[in-house]
Amino acid sequence: MSINIFKINEELKEFIPQEVIDLEEKATWGNPKRGVMDLPYAKELLEEHSLCAGCPESMAFRYILASLPNPEDTIIVNSTGCTSLVFPHIALHTVHSLFGNQNAVATGIKRTLEWRFPDKVKDVVVLAGDGATVDIGLDCTLQSFFRQEKITTICFDNEVYANTGGQESGTTVQGHVFKMAPKGKQWPKVPMWQLAIDSGCHYVVRMSVSSPKKVEQVVKKAIYVAREVGPTYLHLYTPCILEIGLNSDDALMEMRDKDKERFKFFEYVSPQAEEVIAKKKEEGLL
Amino acid sequence: MATLGPSHYSPYPVAVYENILPPPPGKALLLTEVVDEEVAMREAAKAMLTRENPTIFPGPQVIYAWNEEAKEKARLIRELAEVLGAKIIPMVDYRPKYPKIDPEKEINPNHPNLTIWHNNIKACIFVGVHCHYANVALKIIRAETDCFTIALCSNAGHEDAMITLRDQHSEELKKFIEIAKEVKKEVK
Repeated sequence: MSINIFKINEELKEFIPQEVIDLEEKATWGNPKRGVMDLPYAKELLEEHSLCAGCPESMAFRYILASLPNPEDTIIVNSTGCTSLVFPHIALHTVHSLFGNQNAVATGIKRTLEWRFPDKVKDVVVLAGDGATVDIGLDCTLQSFFRQEKITTICFDNEVYANTGGQESGTTVQGHVFKMAPKGKQWPKVPMWQLAIDSGCHYVVRMSVSSPKKVEQVVKKAIYVAREVGPTYLHLYTPCILEIGLNSDDALMEMRDKDKERFKFFEYVSPQAEEVIAKKKEEGLL
Repeated sequence: MATLGPSHYSPYPVAVYENILPPPPGKALLLTEVVDEEVAMREAAKAMLTRENPTIFPGPQVIYAWNEEAKEKARLIRELAEVLGAKIIPMVDYRPKYPKIDPEKEINPNHPNLTIWHNNIKACIFVGVHCHYANVALKIIRAETDCFTIALCSNAGHEDAMITLRDQHSEELKKFIEIAKEVKKEVK
């Protein structure tokens, strides 16, 4: 694979739609310093999507895709859920796995890429919802942490199974009532970020996506640490505005409210990860 | 109003159900028959030169300049389109388009019939489309349109196309262009 896969043959260029030409000419390829500040000026890797209007997941997608330091050599592995509606629209390589086995699939891809392209940096990033990461796929997720796989796992936590009508998930808060959970959840929210630390992740963050710059920083740190040290995990609050009864323009305030409560910014950095982060800061990449 | 193909809206892999299989190496598939490559090339050129609104659908493997072969193929496809008097409508990638595609400018493997209906295309060539999406698109076209499909495949070919040429690379494309020039003189 090479960056040339985004370069259009001159002979056929006149037949190509402008949006695809823009993707070649105006997207930020080959620049590890790319970030969310490029969003107003550069062609985005995701423009149209099929999520609900105002969905925080769509914000998270934009920020994450704008922050990948090496998008031309990044493979995204996803799983079933609201997020899987977005992946077909992304202008990157994505692999849709079965519900829950995304970290196992990512493991295989990462190992194969390391074998096939030993001289190239290839990032593998898992993007999945809380159902895939914490409930159905907990086994595969934690096993990949135990094995110290060099992949970045990002969980979009909306605290509910949203697109199937509102069933409680492992990350639903105790007592919360949803349409398909009328009695309210009887057990506490699974502290996945803590499980990630205990399972050997070297860089772990819990936060909402209310601050684009902060998302950029943690995504870059997580990917750089995963490249050189081992597994990293980001737990992002992306509330389902439909299931909690908010309007499209309420999502940001909802996240800012939770920034002060259960999604208060939390960051764990292992000693090895600290070295990598310090090195990248010296290089001006963070 | 759209004209349906013989299989109508069949959701099944109809060519296989009709015992049509991809051709063996060195051969080509012409409707239900296995024939020599040259015979299939002549018939493909004839179809493109005699049917309404012939169109070439180049896929990502030839649209993007990812290696020297792709660059050469793009040049040859342009030449082929000029010889056949065909339009070029690209299949730039396989992402679904929302709210809808512009069928005059592009074709999508998930609903190729829209482009074919809109432009009243009666003969087309698929080239440089990855096999798994060529299979999807050709099945839909076979079922839902009366378009004569020709697959120039660099691998094993596609039984859902009316004409399948397999193992097609730059050399074979050059040969096809020469044959198309000859057929063009004959049909005039």
